[in-house]
Amino acid sequence: MRPVLLSGGTLVDPSQDLNEIGDVFITDGKIVGVGRSIEGPEEADVIDCAGLIVSPGFIDVHCHLREPGREDVETIATGARAAAAGGFTAVCAMPNTDPVTDNQAAVGFIVRQAQRAESARVYPIGAISVGQEGKALAEFGEMVGAGAVAVSDDGKPVASAQLMRTALEYARTFKIPVIDHCEEPTLSAGGSMNEGIVSAQLGLKGIPAEAEEIMVIRDILLARLTGGHVHLAHMSTKGSVELIRWGKERGIRVTAEVCPHHLSLTEESVRGYNTNAKMNPPLRTAKDVEALREGVKDGTIDLIATDHAPHHYDEKEREFADAPNGIVGLETALAVIVTNLVETGHLNFSDLVDRMACTPARVFNLPGGSLKRGAAADVTVFDPKARWKVDASQFASKGRNSPYDGMPLVGRAACTIVAGSVVFRSGIPVRGREKMNRTRG
Amino acid sequence: MTGTLGKDLLGLESLTGDQIRLILDTAEPFKEISERAIKKVPALRGSTIVNLFFENSTRTRISFEFAEKRLSADTVNVSVAGSSVSKGETLVDTARNLEAMRIDMVVIRHSASGAAQFLAERIQSNVINAGDGTHEHPTQGLLDILTLRDRFGDLKGRRVCICGDILHSRVARSNIWGLTKLGAEVAVCGPRSLLPNAIDEFGVRIFDRVEEAIEWAEALNVLRLQFERMTAGYIPSAREYNRVFGITRERLDRAPRDILILHPGPMNRGVEIDSDVADGPHSVILDQVTNGVAVRMAVLYLLAGGKPELAEAAKGGSGRGREERE
Amino acid sequence: MTTKTTTVLDARAVERTLKRMSVEIVELNHGTDDLIIVGIQRRGVQLADRLVKMIEGGEGVTVPQGSLDITLYRDDLQTVGPRPVVGPTHLPWDLEGKHIVIVDDVLYTGRTIRAALDELADFGRPASISLAVLIDRGGRELPIHADVVGKKVEVGEDERVDVMVAELDERTEVVIVPKSTA
Repeated sequence: MRPVLLSGGTLVDPSQDLNEIGDVFITDGKIVGVGRSIEGPEEADVIDCAGLIVSPGFIDVHCHLREPGREDVETIATGARAAAAGGFTAVCAMPNTDPVTDNQAAVGFIVRQAQRAESARVYPIGAISVGQEGKALAEFGEMVGAGAVAVSDDGKPVASAQLMRTALEYARTFKIPVIDHCEEPTLSAGGSMNEGIVSAQLGLKGIPAEAEEIMVIRDILLARLTGGHVHLAHMSTKGSVELIRWGKERGIRVTAEVCPHHLSLTEESVRGYNTNAKMNPPLRTAKDVEALREGVKDGTIDLIATDHAPHHYDEKEREFADAPNGIVGLETALAVIVTNLVETGHLNFSDLVDRMACTPARVFNLPGGSLKRGAAADVTVFDPKARWKVDASQFASKGRNSPYDGMPLVGRAACTIVAGSVVFRSGIPVRGREKMNRTRG
Repeated sequence: MTGTLGKDLLGLESLTGDQIRLILDTAEPFKEISERAIKKVPALRGSTIVNLFFENSTRTRISFEFAEKRLSADTVNVSVAGSSVSKGETLVDTARNLEAMRIDMVVIRHSASGAAQFLAERIQSNVINAGDGTHEHPTQGLLDILTLRDRFGDLKGRRVCICGDILHSRVARSNIWGLTKLGAEVAVCGPRSLLPNAIDEFGVRIFDRVEEAIEWAEALNVLRLQFERMTAGYIPSAREYNRVFGITRERLDRAPRDILILHPGPMNRGVEIDSDVADGPHSVILDQVTNGVAVRMAVLYLLAGGKPELAEAAKGGSGRGREERE
Repeated sequence: MTTKTTTVLDARAVERTLKRMSVEIVELNHGTDDLIIVGIQRRGVQLADRLVKMIEGGEGVTVPQGSLDITLYRDDLQTVGPRPVVGPTHLPWDLEGKHIVIVDDVLYTGRTIRAALDELADFGRPASISLAVLIDRGGRELPIHADVVGKKVEVGEDERVDVMVAELDERTEVVIVPKSTA
């Protein structure tokens, strides 16, 4: 593997309070030099990053890669490539596969498939309960030993408070977070969108915000009781943000994530029965979007995750109530955040990198999240000003179910580097073998 | 005023007051046809209409069938039980198959809200929504409004209260849309567990007790208590519902004026409405049924509209404008 | 190409013509027994009104009067464009054994009368049907003829005949106007 020099980009790394133009020099899969003018061996691939931002690689802690079981809609390989195309150097794959990833062999399978993909890193998440049935605890120890970085029954809530409590306590041994999909099932049963004026007009059963908030406060209280670390998946309501703030003020070990779509779209997108606006938790109201944006800004919401959920075109092409929940998000996440939070002034790029790279690494105890000397060379290079129109038919993911299809957005990944190898590059050339002996002012 | 309704009739939400009035005005002469000895006019002769009913409904289907046959159309009834997911053939495929058979119009009733729009977006035939999930039932709304108009004349300012399970009722939604567009004052009355939370934003008054509704209203549209729609127990029992919300003779006798009684049918006698009210002097329930056929004929007539581009072509030869067709 | 309006019959002339037509109708039907006058929407109805009054004046009998809207029987319904408004039809009698006189303002291609005959057939089987028109402008496309004609008129290719009645329009008059006139 040849050394790589990322030259002349704006280095944004909140882990080092870095925000200035400079170079990053990578050798043997590690970052060996960061700064204004770097000298290195004569033979290096030089990537011209002028006008671009160079940051620690983005990490998506919540996505669905569908393998094993539904390789027709996504595989670990296509998912990893989609991640790379979106600027992500690592993703965590949820275990609601078929069969469910609830044992060490299944976890090992994902690790192996990820290695073969040779693209973005894929860390498996193991199930909380066997078969995700919400009854018996899965073998956390063996799954972690095989490579799992967290446990979750996502797709479903952990309906039993007793099971959630036990999971939080048991997970402490392995120092992993327990991720919960917060949804009170009896309140949400049969619902297909947010409960409100739009659902009343469209004649669709709604899911009230309270269905999420009831489980949010339950999980926060259980984290208090057990001292465990609960991570709340895909937050969608103003109430949830307020409850998380309450929990953090009291030092409870709760962390939370939000998805780009809950920061940019509302229930109005469902009008016309658009199944590409159907996901769980559903799109809510403008009030909720604003509260979530504030939450991301002030850190109440720790990080941004995509909940990338590919579905087959045929499955989405049906009556709204029957269509499956979920949209893809790996390849639009960066642009949606730049367009809806940075361009609106809620976040600056330092915050963006923090929420998409540094904090995910920290919360989930993953390598990466920093451009420090000696760190693994997982780097994201992106164009913060690129204007482009989303074309789902061009996605690297097999999934095309995106509500952003056809929309103009700002911000795009230009180059993604994992362990020193370029796994994605678009629009910027690599110049090889350039003499490095030059200094810059 | 002649106007067009577009390709489909999916609901009353998207119609203007003028369009609704056009349909009602058009229904008037069609009432007379049902009084003739030969109840048939050739207006839709040669048209093929499919009644695609994914949900059981004898009365609506029969009403549409009469409307279609009285316009001399050829009709085909297709009943599909169960949702498309459990059936195997998806709604998309059903739509394409119909289109391949060159159907002119489809009347669809389906248990999923949005199914009529889904179909309309995928086929060229005219699509008429005969009830989609809990979303809209536009021809029912229209015939209810026509029945009220027959008695009241102008609907502006008239006070109409819809009673019952508003949450699950497509008839309620269509009525609310249609009546408010024609300037009527609309109220709803029922247990809060059967009203959508967002009902405040619909622009209607809310009565928690039926006595208050009767005090206020000039007409009551009494909805059927839909046992089949309730997936969980929204109210404890039919017996209590009748005791608290039933439209009974005793309650109506205390009203300050005569109140018109409407019901979309079928009635649960003794639950939401008592027999002596349903069969009483102020009930216009049977008029609703008569008007139903006329309204559906009007809708079919207006939607199966002429093709203006053919009119242009015809004008070239021996075709002439309307005034000339002597 | 004509650009001006020609008056064929003014209000008084229309009255006189209708008077003569009313006498002819009674003569043709050998009296007023079992006679029903049916006006075609729209202006045929107003003309029928006047004829019935004149027959009443002449014979002392008020002949039953019906109205017929032929829109739903038009042979061009599919191509005419936006749906024409359907007017009221009023024929509340058993037609068996009756002598129907259809009244219309202008007879031209004959298609309106063809539609009227089809519609009447759906109502029953009269003993006879005859046709009275105020203006016959020729140009038949079907084998239809009028039994009682007010006035025969020659009309050019680029012209048409307009019949106006005071009940609906500002005045009673029959004029020839260029086709392009609104």
